[in-house]
Amino acid sequence: MKKILERLYNGIIKENPTFVLMLGMCPTLAVTTSAINGLGMGLSTCAVLIMSNLIISLLRKIIPDRVRMPAYIVVVASLVTVVDLLMQAYVRGLYASLGLYIPLIVVNCIILGRAEAYASKNPPFLSLFDGLGMGIGFTLALTVIGLIRELIGKGSVFGFNIMPSFYEPVSIMIMAPGAFFVLAALCAIRNAVMIKRKQPLPEKYCTGHCASCMDASCSIGKKEDNQQ
Amino acid sequence: MKMLNVSISPHIRTSRTTTKVMLDVIIAMSPAMIFGYIYFGWYALLISVLSVSSCVLTEFVYEKIMKLPVTIGDLSAVVTGLVLAMCLYSTSPWWIPVVGGVFAILVVKMLFGGIGQNFMNPALTARCFLLLSFSRIMTAYPSLTDGVSAATPLSMAAAGQHVSYFEMFFGTHSGSIGETSTIAILIGFAYLLIRRVISPRIPLCVIGSTVAFVALFTVMKGETVTLNYLTVHAMGGGLLAGAVFMATDYTTSPVTKWGRVIYGIAVGLITAVIRCFGGSGEGISFAIITANLLTPIIEKLTYPKPLGTYGKKAETK
Repeated sequence: MKKILERLYNGIIKENPTFVLMLGMCPTLAVTTSAINGLGMGLSTCAVLIMSNLIISLLRKIIPDRVRMPAYIVVVASLVTVVDLLMQAYVRGLYASLGLYIPLIVVNCIILGRAEAYASKNPPFLSLFDGLGMGIGFTLALTVIGLIRELIGKGSVFGFNIMPSFYEPVSIMIMAPGAFFVLAALCAIRNAVMIKRKQPLPEKYCTGHCASCMDASCSIGKKEDNQQ
Repeated sequence: MKMLNVSISPHIRTSRTTTKVMLDVIIAMSPAMIFGYIYFGWYALLISVLSVSSCVLTEFVYEKIMKLPVTIGDLSAVVTGLVLAMCLYSTSPWWIPVVGGVFAILVVKMLFGGIGQNFMNPALTARCFLLLSFSRIMTAYPSLTDGVSAATPLSMAAAGQHVSYFEMFFGTHSGSIGETSTIAILIGFAYLLIRRVISPRIPLCVIGSTVAFVALFTVMKGETVTLNYLTVHAMGGGLLAGAVFMATDYTTSPVTKWGRVIYGIAVGLITAVIRCFGGSGEGISFAIITANLLTPIIEKLTYPKPLGTYGKKAETK
């Protein structure tokens, strides 16, 4: 249980694929023009990620090391095709606005990255939760970016107008530069919070006994050695 | 016993400080700005005041919050605010210069490390930000003192109309606050040259290459080039103000002699492409911030050889 929670925490906060690992930047920057687009993209990636992690982990002892990449791609591509067809059938509006980015989940580096870094080395159950954690982290990140961009750039949240009528939408926020502004600001906020939480590093101190000192970067000891 | 002062080089110091250079730029800009206040009315002055105070206040607050040394005394934020006001229309709503000033200082200047560290001209980037964000407000022609909105010379020339030389020279036509009067900008240019604040290479290359490329592209499109058309491109829009006050920004333009020539021609080429083939009539601000991005490459290409080395032999050593 503890390991499962650790996986989820790792995916959502500690190694958030968008804000920390900086993976999957293409969909992150391109589709987050509105909160609903971000949420849709995040959820579809999440679904593929969970299933691909599970399947690749189950097959990890069968797949030869040399052809692992093609094998991963086959697994991921099959899953993406399933998601693609399902979305086309049931959520046509969202499918139309996400467009090309759904088939492009095949080459999303988060999915291949998790397959290579985690699922190919760990048991299926944990891999599934690794995929779930990463997927939730990605979905949350995309939804928040989309929410902020939509709020500032259009004055609405999930398509509902909430800003007062005198508010003039900053339309650059729903263009490409806006994605970079919001992503950078959110990364900075996350880093600031994480740095504050960390324990301050112990300060270096010199006792004057160079023989017992392990600090290789210290220059005083080396000088004395040279003189002797 | 008298102690001797021992210090490392450099030993020759100049009394020229950032504050003095910025003060010179402010003096050079004042004829064009004062003309704008007289011609467009008191609201133009209000826009400048809002823009400058927004820039200075943003820098002050940011440095206080981040516990950095406060650098508003070097007047660079004042110059940024003035340049921003210079390229705004006098009919902009009051919050346009405020938002622009905050964006220029906070996002373009301070987040990249403050004065000397920004890779794009802050004021022009802020103008492009405003133009892309509020394009409806930013492209509405300003109404003149009689309350009738009027087309700028560039849009008149694009429509094939003749523009009076007198109007362009003295600036009694529609446009941004500080860009209309050719004579006022030329006075500022002369002042900057006499005080040796800028070298003439960048402004002359920008203006010359813009006119040359506009003529070339117009001929390529199969239209006739008239003298009036070219004069409008040189004097009727924001080209002069951009070339003199904005393209010459120390931080974002090359320092090498030939680098400045290449940079100027790059600005001119991009301006001409935007003016001749683009959707909007004006292109100088986008051209300058695009050329700002080329500055590191241009400097690398035109890096002078150190004295005493020659040929390839010396380089391989």
